[in-house]
Amino acid sequence: MRKCSLSKLTDLFQKINESASLYLPATDNAGGAVYTKWADGVEYLDVLNTVRSPKDFFFPQSENLMEFKLKGKNIEILDIREESEDFVIFGVRACDVKSFEVLDRVFLSEPVDSYYQNRRAHAVIISMACMRPADTCFCTAFGIDAAEPAGDVSAWKTECDLYLKANTEKGAQLLAKLSNLTEECDDSEVSPLQEKIRNIMKKLPLEGISLENFGKGKTKEYFDSPLWTELSEACLGCGTCTFVCPTCQCYDIKDFDTGSGVIRYRCWDSCMYSDFTKMAHGNSRNTQVERFRQRFMHKLVYYPENNDGLFSCVGCGRCLSKCPISMNIVKVMKALGGEKK
Amino acid sequence: MQKVNRDVLLEKAAAMLDAGEVQAVLGWGAGEFAYDVTPRVFETSDELRADFVWNDFCGANLSKYLVSKTKKLEGKLLVFLKPCDTYSFNQLLTEHRFEREKVYAVAVPCEGMADVQKLKALAGDGISSIESTDSGFSVTTIYDDAPVEVKGADVLLEKCANCKSRKHVAYDELLGDEGEVLDSNRFDEVERIEAMTSEERFAFWQGELSRCIRCNACRDVCPACTCEKCVFDNPNSGAENKAPTTSFEEQMFHVIRAFHVAGRCTDCGECSRVCPQNIPLHLLNRKFIKDINTFYGEYQAGAEEGSRAPLVDYTLEDLEAEDVFKKEAE
Repeated sequence: MRKCSLSKLTDLFQKINESASLYLPATDNAGGAVYTKWADGVEYLDVLNTVRSPKDFFFPQSENLMEFKLKGKNIEILDIREESEDFVIFGVRACDVKSFEVLDRVFLSEPVDSYYQNRRAHAVIISMACMRPADTCFCTAFGIDAAEPAGDVSAWKTECDLYLKANTEKGAQLLAKLSNLTEECDDSEVSPLQEKIRNIMKKLPLEGISLENFGKGKTKEYFDSPLWTELSEACLGCGTCTFVCPTCQCYDIKDFDTGSGVIRYRCWDSCMYSDFTKMAHGNSRNTQVERFRQRFMHKLVYYPENNDGLFSCVGCGRCLSKCPISMNIVKVMKALGGEKK
Repeated sequence: MQKVNRDVLLEKAAAMLDAGEVQAVLGWGAGEFAYDVTPRVFETSDELRADFVWNDFCGANLSKYLVSKTKKLEGKLLVFLKPCDTYSFNQLLTEHRFEREKVYAVAVPCEGMADVQKLKALAGDGISSIESTDSGFSVTTIYDDAPVEVKGADVLLEKCANCKSRKHVAYDELLGDEGEVLDSNRFDEVERIEAMTSEERFAFWQGELSRCIRCNACRDVCPACTCEKCVFDNPNSGAENKAPTTSFEEQMFHVIRAFHVAGRCTDCGECSRVCPQNIPLHLLNRKFIKDINTFYGEYQAGAEEGSRAPLVDYTLEDLEAEDVFKKEAE
């Protein structure tokens, strides 16, 4: 484990930024935080959650996939990918790091999504332990330890120091570059911090939310539940929950007519939208109840069914704080699982 | 903070449900915490007693739900309306969006609703309980032993901090005392933006709108947005767009929406309340309201059912285009 005085944080960022672009949470000037490309003057904001999740780095809201150009009777297909630079994401929370595993299973399974794979390969993730989890946090339900975040490098912050531990080869290489700014240390400062965090987690209001009623093989049990109608009653059908979610991964592919050709792009889709999964024959989910059910069944039943029991929610709490009508996965889990609100 | 307490609303609704005078009640339902209140339709008085809430976090305007919910019922739906909500209620009636006789409107006085984001900014995160006091809130977090006292006035939703009226403009029954139309400062911020140079103004809006994630929450919550199929969702419209591929596109969405609701927007403030990115969308609408007031005389959408908005009503006294520019120059 290495440590660095917080007074040298800017030097550390400077050093990282010399070999790869550095992104970290900074103010969005509207009360929230957004991952921002570091430059002199950009201050790291130690907030719990950014409004948008770091999935944007690997799976951006919209991206151009390819271009078709018409030349006489021929159609030329152009690969228009530009990204090839290495980058470092600093300050990723344990829940968000876990979300990358959820996304990897979708995009890196055969057939591999080369756009996603390319960005993933170029990134180094420095996670950050959570010193002040919020009332909306429930990552422990998914087996996530906020005191021991994963990633290429794990980081902890005390009053005056930053502690860094490499977990992967990539992480070790990065820390090696920072050796002049850091010093070797043991975990005597970090262990009590971890214990403190774990004690905080136990005091959180959503501690103890249970997943035992969800997962593989539960489709028949919940699919026709009359509760879906009641739970989705006030849903506006907006895409907020899906767009701030670190694990929502649905997308739409469309063609944009440029006048002299076509740009094929993909953009996030939302199961909350009326044209979600609309196909030539029509739409398989015509009501908001069905679309609402899809979101929660996907996270709590279908995804685990196809991914060795892994849930596609990480308990970050973004949907809890952002849903315009305050309906969310915790309320759904408690209602369906039979727990009294 | 609220002067009329939950029990008054609850007993009213439960009595009408039990007597069969209404078939269902549209109100606010309890969540996991004090602040995560969800709009809900209650069908029995038992459900009401278990889950109905009326507290300082009932900011959601229930009017728009009447469009879909009244269609599903044979009988009447009781709805609770705060003063600002009654303006949306009237505007929806003016636009024939639901049947008046299917609704029993109960007006509730409101002392302003709290913004939980502002509350957390002052009291800290990790809230374990929130108690309403006479002057605001007593907030307990898992991090502090003593509760933090927060003044209600410091954590009001934007729409409440600039409340335009405490008077209910439509109802079947009023619980508590009627309020007055207020002399609010709601156009101050608009004036500040008007005073900018066009470059500054462009930069201001570009900065705000660049945060947009096109979740459409502003549109979906808006009581003036009740089109059966929005042009932005319609694949046959040529204007459908799901993601902001360029900053121009996202500006277009908001500007077009502001134009579409101009003269019909009651300034209920829901667009800004629900925006996950805290974009001050209400300012676009307020600019239109201010301009309409300047060019055509004071007009408040929703103040009166059936009123004709200046933009859709021709009179011989209407300004000519050149006068508009003259007046703007003044």
